[in-house]
Amino acid sequence: MQLFPCPFCGPRSESEFHFGGEAGNRRPEGFRAVTDGEWAAYLHERDNRRGPASEIWMHMTCGEVFRMERDTVHHGAVRSFALIEGGGDDGLAH
Amino acid sequence: MTAWRTDGGTAIDRGRPLAFTFDGRRIEGFSGDTVASALLAGGVSILGRSFKYHRPRGLWGAGVEEPNALVDIAGGMPNTRATQVPAEDGLAVRSVNAAPSAEKDRHAFLDAFSRFIPAAFYYKTFMFPDWHRFEPRIRAMAGLGTLDENVKAPAFAEQVNHHCDVLVVGAGPAGLLAARKAVRAGRRVVLSDDGRQAGGSLLFRAATVEGKPGAEWAADVAAELTRAGALVLAGTTAFGIYDHRLVGLNEKGEGGAPDRLWRVRAQSIVLATGAIERPLPFGNNDLPGVMSAEAALVYLRRFGVAAGRKVVVATNNGLAYETAEALAAAGADVTVVDHRADVAAPAGLRVLRGTSIVSAGGRNAVSSVRLSDGQVLEADAVLASGGFTPTVHLYCQAQGRLDWRDDILAFVPGRAVAGVEVAGAAAGDFGLPAELADGTGRSLGIVAAWPKPRARQRVWIDLQNDVTAKDVELAVRENFVSVEHLKRYTTLGMATDQGKTSNVNGLALVAELTGRRIPEVGTTTYRPPFTPVPFAAFAGARSGTRMNPLRRLPLEGEHRAAGAVFRDYGGWLRPAFYGAGAPDERIQAEAAAARAGVALFDGSPLGKIEVIGPDAAPFLDFIYYNTMSTLALGRCRYGFILTEAGIVYDDGVLVRLDEDRFVVSCSSSHVAGVHALLEEWRQDRFDRRRVFIHNATAEMATLTVTGPKSRALMEAVGFGAALDDAALPHMAVTAGVFEGVPVRIARVSFTGERSYEISVPADHAGALWARLGHAGAAFGATLLGLEALMILRAEKGYVVIGKDTDGTSRPMDFGLAAPLARKTVEFVGRRSLVTEDASRLDRRQFVGLEAVDGKGVLPTGAHGIERGEGGLRSTGYVTSSYFSPALQKPIALGLIERGLSRMGDVIELQHLRELRHARIVAPCAFDPEGGRLHA
Ligand SMILES: [Zn+2]
Repeated sequence: MQLFPCPFCGPRSESEFHFGGEAGNRRPEGFRAVTDGEWAAYLHERDNRRGPASEIWMHMTCGEVFRMERDTVHHGAVRSFALIEGGGDDGLAH
Repeated sequence: MTAWRTDGGTAIDRGRPLAFTFDGRRIEGFSGDTVASALLAGGVSILGRSFKYHRPRGLWGAGVEEPNALVDIAGGMPNTRATQVPAEDGLAVRSVNAAPSAEKDRHAFLDAFSRFIPAAFYYKTFMFPDWHRFEPRIRAMAGLGTLDENVKAPAFAEQVNHHCDVLVVGAGPAGLLAARKAVRAGRRVVLSDDGRQAGGSLLFRAATVEGKPGAEWAADVAAELTRAGALVLAGTTAFGIYDHRLVGLNEKGEGGAPDRLWRVRAQSIVLATGAIERPLPFGNNDLPGVMSAEAALVYLRRFGVAAGRKVVVATNNGLAYETAEALAAAGADVTVVDHRADVAAPAGLRVLRGTSIVSAGGRNAVSSVRLSDGQVLEADAVLASGGFTPTVHLYCQAQGRLDWRDDILAFVPGRAVAGVEVAGAAAGDFGLPAELADGTGRSLGIVAAWPKPRARQRVWIDLQNDVTAKDVELAVRENFVSVEHLKRYTTLGMATDQGKTSNVNGLALVAELTGRRIPEVGTTTYRPPFTPVPFAAFAGARSGTRMNPLRRLPLEGEHRAAGAVFRDYGGWLRPAFYGAGAPDERIQAEAAAARAGVALFDGSPLGKIEVIGPDAAPFLDFIYYNTMSTLALGRCRYGFILTEAGIVYDDGVLVRLDEDRFVVSCSSSHVAGVHALLEEWRQDRFDRRRVFIHNATAEMATLTVTGPKSRALMEAVGFGAALDDAALPHMAVTAGVFEGVPVRIARVSFTGERSYEISVPADHAGALWARLGHAGAAFGATLLGLEALMILRAEKGYVVIGKDTDGTSRPMDFGLAAPLARKTVEFVGRRSLVTEDASRLDRRQFVGLEAVDGKGVLPTGAHGIERGEGGLRSTGYVTSSYFSPALQKPIALGLIERGLSRMGDVIELQHLRELRHARIVAPCAFDPEGGRLHA
């Protein structure tokens, strides 16, 4: 059981968090223009990177959705960032 | 073996004698004894039978490392190390893998066949026709303790989460010193030890520490730690180390109490876990009476039990001399057999240098030893020391890497692990910590005495698993030279002790056989737990409804009083039906009464998630498959919520209370999921200052009044609101008041009848339920359970998500293509609805199924079948099926290929060899025009 940093609550047990996917998987907008390939990539294609990863997580107890930097090799949760309007995050490590 | 009580023993209280039984025999001891020390003192030399050959086995160790003395404690503790169970009055102890007793074991004959039972014998021999045919009897013959299924735990094991600055594992000199330093530096400290008393080796090895006898110093430091607020956990084994310095510890319950599991998160961890003595490799080194030299010292000093009268201490190092001297001082006749030629012998001890034991003799216990120089010595106890293995399990679990040290012939912690420090004997420092040492400590001075190939007698490497040097040689001959393969092939280092005493001797033999150095052979992977942990401790309070807590209705008491029979519906405990009698009759009667008059239904679990704010309408347009921003104030609209893959995730009614205030009604079992989905899109896509989400499901109860007489009943109660159809038509909502409390009344129907859903603050639900019941008496109101509701909605063809839908269902499969055609904006899952898969013509579509074979209700789950060249093929299945009281015939719903374009076709269905025939019809079987919604 690891500790994850919630930008709102601080370090909390991993069992309180829910994985939301890889960060930067932008939703292709404009349903008429988006090709099958683009949409399939958004739905299914993941980098599943070895080593440092940037991921979206939700802290189920407070409801905060945020970006977390984590290492998929040693599972260290490095830091997290609060999301901001219009995409991206606040750039402030929590 | 003729062990005897001396007049010493620091751990026992001679003023408090006790007695227990072992295999039915009465054993006397003292308070403070372990089961092992009392058995040893009581002259019991055979404590168990070995795993495979049923060889007689006695005590080897005195603590956690004990490989032989596994016992069952009556009352539910199987396979417990006798060395760690405190002796208690009245305890009933049984040996394991022995019948009828350890002393007279009927499978002892197996040992005579041992040369025909080498490693992997069973797997190689019992292959035809199938290993599993032989397995049960072999398992019964070679095994350990038995589980008493009738034993119920007296209480569930407690679990404690704790955090601290420094966790010190092991309360020997190194651990106590580390804990004291941390406490004096103002850190919050937890100190754990698997013994009942702090001190570790200071409890049995003579030492002067800071001017005090070692044991006194240990007690003083422990007291100082407690005074300073440190948590000192006795009888507690740290069994595993996990991510981010989380340590699992199991605290043994005393006096029959369950164990307690600790999860301690520490900023830093000090592992002062000590070292474990290794056996010496000589023939028949498993005979009862052959014991670890250090364990013999523990039994003598702690429990006042001398292991024998004519004692041979066999060693390859200097630390065993303390055992020899102590036993000689206690009055035993002691001879030291020292493998090392070039050592100075202490005065007053008989020491034979440069020789070693070749084999031990004796039938059920050791009686003599033969030395490499040909001498034969009489002995009733052989106390052996083959060196010490640092206890590095936790360090290795934390991804540590071991280095081999030739000077101490041991693996020690190598590279640093962040936040984990190893101290004392666990780090290979076998003496006192430098700061505490007084210069009188003994030096190890170890010389290798590893097992050699081609010994004449059997030399045991792993006592617990009955692995001999010959087994290891066989494995290497068959090319199992990787240490992990060797472990699996020979079982060396498996079972409950995981090779604590045996691993290094095994590795040394493999190194010799393969011409490698020991570090080149390497070790197997260390995994938790360090010692067995009862499942009950891991489970803790999580069993039954504590494992999966049922959600309870605010009106559960009222339903019980009304005779409700409860069932679990998606995690909610809800009334299935009311009253005694045949359930089917009750359910049919309730459904019929709702259509005939009026019924009351508790729909409280229905999701009520409020979406509030200026961007609420566009937000909900994005969330729903349907267009929701066009919904008029005070109106309701049914809709689907999809996943991004275009699959139906939930359905329900959206209520618009105000320009910027909506209530999402979602399925009872989906509330948490829908809430998370709403939050995720809100934060990831919308201006979170302009949309807010509040889950009001638990704070509001929802009571439903349904049936043709529902309006009359509602008007009888009042609610201070206009309830006529002009003011409150179907799919409209209004605000009312009940006993001064605001309520929300929605004309939403899941029965097909005129219905009113009243949402009321949960603490007023009881009063409203009572008033509805009271007023309803005049209208013959009945109570409606969930089973009858399911029939009513099935008659109408209303979908239940997860029952009538599956992981492939798209909204068009339910005949709802129009909202997509009309909607112009983006929404969740939209792009997935115009893919090739979504447009397939052979999709499974939601239809009604009417049995045409006169065989009654169709089985739910029956598959539609199509006969082709390849045999039968499923074309879909029945999702819901009931006998309809309104129509007096069976009705069913299903997902059937091309169903929507095959209305009127008769298809074949199959379920468990039964063949059925049904006609594809519209899902709505009752009142298709919907007139009753307004009647
Ligand atoms: Zn949080």
